[in-house]
This record gives sequence, structure tokens and C-alpha cells, in this order.
Amino acid sequence: METLIDIVKIVTVMGILLGVVAYVVLLERRVAAAIQNRIGPNRVGWQGLLQPLADVVKLVMKEDIVPRNAHRFLHDLAPIISISIAMTTFAVIPFGDSITLFGRTIKLQIADINIGVLYILAMTSLGVYGVTLSGWSSNSKYSLLGGLRSSAQMLSYEISMGLAVIGVIMIAGSLRLDRIVEMQSGWMWNIVLQPIGFITFTVAAFAETNRHPFDLPEAEPELVGGYHTEYSGLKFGLFFLAEYSNMVVASALITTLFLGGWQIPYAAEMGLSGNLLSVLQVGAFCAKVLLLVLFFIIVRWTIPRFRYDQLMSLGWKVMLPLAILNILATGLAILLIG
Amino acid sequence: MTRPLPPIVHRKDLTFWQKLYIPEIVRGLKITITQMFRPKFTRQYPEERWVPGAAFRGRPVLVEESGVERCVACGLCSRVCPALAIEVQASESPYWKERYPVKFEINMLRCIFCGFCEEVCPEEAIIMSKEFELTFHSQEDAIFPKEKLLKSKEEMKERLDYLRANR
Ligand code: SF4
Ligand code: SF4
Repeated sequence: METLIDIVKIVTVMGILLGVVAYVVLLERRVAAAIQNRIGPNRVGWQGLLQPLADVVKLVMKEDIVPRNAHRFLHDLAPIISISIAMTTFAVIPFGDSITLFGRTIKLQIADINIGVLYILAMTSLGVYGVTLSGWSSNSKYSLLGGLRSSAQMLSYEISMGLAVIGVIMIAGSLRLDRIVEMQSGWMWNIVLQPIGFITFTVAAFAETNRHPFDLPEAEPELVGGYHTEYSGLKFGLFFLAEYSNMVVASALITTLFLGGWQIPYAAEMGLSGNLLSVLQVGAFCAKVLLLVLFFIIVRWTIPRFRYDQLMSLGWKVMLPLAILNILATGLAILLIG
Repeated sequence: MTRPLPPIVHRKDLTFWQKLYIPEIVRGLKITITQMFRPKFTRQYPEERWVPGAAFRGRPVLVEESGVERCVACGLCSRVCPALAIEVQASESPYWKERYPVKFEINMLRCIFCGFCEEVCPEEAIIMSKEFELTFHSQEDAIFPKEKLLKSKEEMKERLDYLRANR
């Protein structure tokens, strides 16, 4: 029975995640258009709502081109690595408290493991393999440069990302993500307690997901398309999907760690409880994630891309010391205030 | 002879506030977010069409006056056309003018809408229209014969008046 529940949970969450990702692509195109005083795709379906479907059909119909002398196996494997890692990271994120159905209490989280934070850090570091392998296996200089840049960038920002989370872990006293969320009841969100941690983590998340202003691995003016220059058709689609699911997962992670996860402030005082509250909490979680995704998108159309040396010096000379200072300050505060 | 040195540019140092970068990001975000609610420039093309003014150079047409084309088949337009798009064959005509084109073709795949033919024509017989939506299914379709090029004088009044006023 437990396995069955797990399978149902996995299938629903994956389905919803994929659907959301498809529509995030549409959202990005519409928001980008709005910022540039255009309208954006609005022809397929009402207000362009069927556009993702048309895009998928287009990508599936395209020819799959593999360059001569490319490493065939790795060339095929790289997008699969990218997408599966982007999806599996979501497994430990709690998107609600728990819900009671047919006398059973079901936790709204796929895998409640006690080293949740470590799992996420490990998974996001694995994500770089997809990018690096695709760059190496394509037998193209642009792809290779994109892949190399990506690995250097991810290594540099991984560290400040990990250090930024430590403050949160010290406050919660646990690596469990549901515990971290429970600690942030009311308005005691970690963004209030850990503003510097929040900023460093968010910036590192931008770099980790290769989003603007840190999208050097795919900087079009320099590298054509970056690591996915030599990809087409469905395999390119997988990279595309992975990029956007990374963005959604990163938003979910920031929500969980710093924005109170599924917590609704003062929900208990308003007399809400039981299943209704759980559903509302899932809604609150989704709303927070969506707002963050919107933030990611608007930032992309606002800030110009960093130069490579600026990116590295920001990572090592600003972010890292800030994250370490944040740990020291948190430790001091815990020691003095308790 | 020594060239004067280029002027030295003194860049202002960034203030502390600007170096923090985050306030500047917030300022940038404010700009993009306000842009999102500004009116859009996009024209919803097939539904909302643009009607060009008289000065617009669309596809060249032959002016038709009292049922016949004005063209006297002098061949000047064909000679001046930089894209070699026009082919004219002259013949004797029974009308008041002595010559008329038996064959007058413009290859619309070659035409570059420069308007030289209009400028050179002594009879004001070939002028630019407002039509710019030109698509073809084959190369043969793109060669417009005389029948397709003829447009009555009344229809082209706006352009003719414009040419008179601006010559
Ligand atoms: S507009 Fe220019 S290119 Fe076109 S037919 Fe006239 S002279 Fe030739
Ligand atoms: S220049 Fe005018 S009159 Fe002469 S052939 Fe061309 S259209 Fe006819």
C-alpha cells in the first residue's frame, strides 16, 4: 500500500512538474514580449495557451542530427542526465504538510529523507555532468567551451550555495527539509533571519541554473548556442526542458529554505485546519514558487550578462566571503540569543 | 606632423551605493516592470492591416487610361531597371499613340522596388502602387504579365497626385 501511494505521488508530482515547466516556457516568452512592448505568442489556442503543445510537436518532428566524429553514446546520454537530475531533485521538496485521505495520513513530500539538504546539493552538482558531457561529446569547439565554462561556473558557485545553506541548517538544527519548513512558522521565515544567506543563495541559484545574468555556458554572441549547439530535435528539447525545470526546482528550493515553504502565516489563528488547510498550503507553496519563477524571468530581461572574469571574481571574492561571514554571524547570534 | 592626442576620458568612480549592485538591480527591475504595462507596439497582422501613404513604393503597376495602357513601349524603364526585371516588346498601335507594348512583363522576384522605372517613364505610365503583400507558389507565378499590371487611372489617383506635387 505504501508503495502504491508513493507511486501515485511520484506520477502526480512529475506530471504536474512537467506541465508547469511547459507553461513556464510560455510564461517566459509572454513576459519577455511584454517587457519589450510586444505581445508574444498568442495564436495557438486562447492567448497562446496551446503553444507548448505546438512546440513539443515541432521538436519531435525535427531531424535528430549528430555531428560527424561525435561520441554517439555520450551525445545521447547527456540530455537524459540533465533532465533526470533536474526532475529527481524535486523528490525531497515538501510541497505541503500532510493530508488525510480514507483514514490515512499522507505526507505531501515524495521522499522524506533525513539528509534532504545534502541530497539536493549532491544532485545539483551532478547536473553539471549533463552539460559537460554534451559539450565534450559534440566534437565542436563552441560546445566544448560552453561545457568547460559551465563546469567552472558550477564549481565556483556550488561552494557559496552550500555555505549559504549552513546558516539555515544551524537555525533549524536539522538537515530535514520538512523540519526546516516547520521552523519557519508565522513570519519567522528564514529570509528575515538570514537576509545575507538568502541573497547569496539566490545569486548562486541563478548561476547553478545557468540563467541570466550567469548564462555564460550558452552565451549566444560568443558561443553560438553553447553546450547544446550541436543538438537538435527531441534531444535539444530535453536540454530546454531541463533548463526550465532547473529553474522551477531552484525556485522551489529557495521557497523551502528561505520563504517558509508551504507555511501560511497565521493560518491557525484564522481557524483553518485539516485537509482544507493542507490544500491551501500546497496552493501557497505553488504561489511562492511561481512568483520566484516570475522573478527569475524578469531578471533575465533586465540584467546584462556578466563577463567571465567578473563572474569568477564575484563568485570567489564576494559571494564566498559573504557566505562565510554569514555563518560566523549566525553562530554568534545563536550563541548570544540562544 | 603629429596627430593630436585623443582626449582623455575621466570616468567617474562608482559610488559605494552603485558598487553594492543590488540597489541598481532593483532600479533596473523597476524599469522593466513598468515597461510591462506600457502599450504594445505589435500589430496583429492579418486582422489589423497597415495602409501605406502615397509616398510608399509598393509593386510597380501600369496606368490604364480610357481602356488602354498609357505606355508607349519606349523601353526606358526596361533599360534603367537595375534588377533587369522588366521586359517590353513594342508594336504599332491603331490608337492615337503610335506604339504600344505587345508584351510587358515584370518579374516580381527580381524587382527591388527602387522606383527608377517610375522616375524615368516619360508618359507617367508605370508607377509604384501600395501593394506589398506579394507571395508566389512558383517562379512562373512571379512573372506578372500586362493584364496583372494594369490599374486604372482613377484607382492610382493618390500616387499620381503625389508625383505631380513632388516632382
Ligand atoms: S521598381 Fe526598380 S527594380 Fe522594380 S521594375 Fe522598377 S526599376 Fe526595376
Ligand atoms: S518607360 Fe514608360 S512608356 Fe516607356 S516602356 Fe516603360 S512604361 Fe512604357
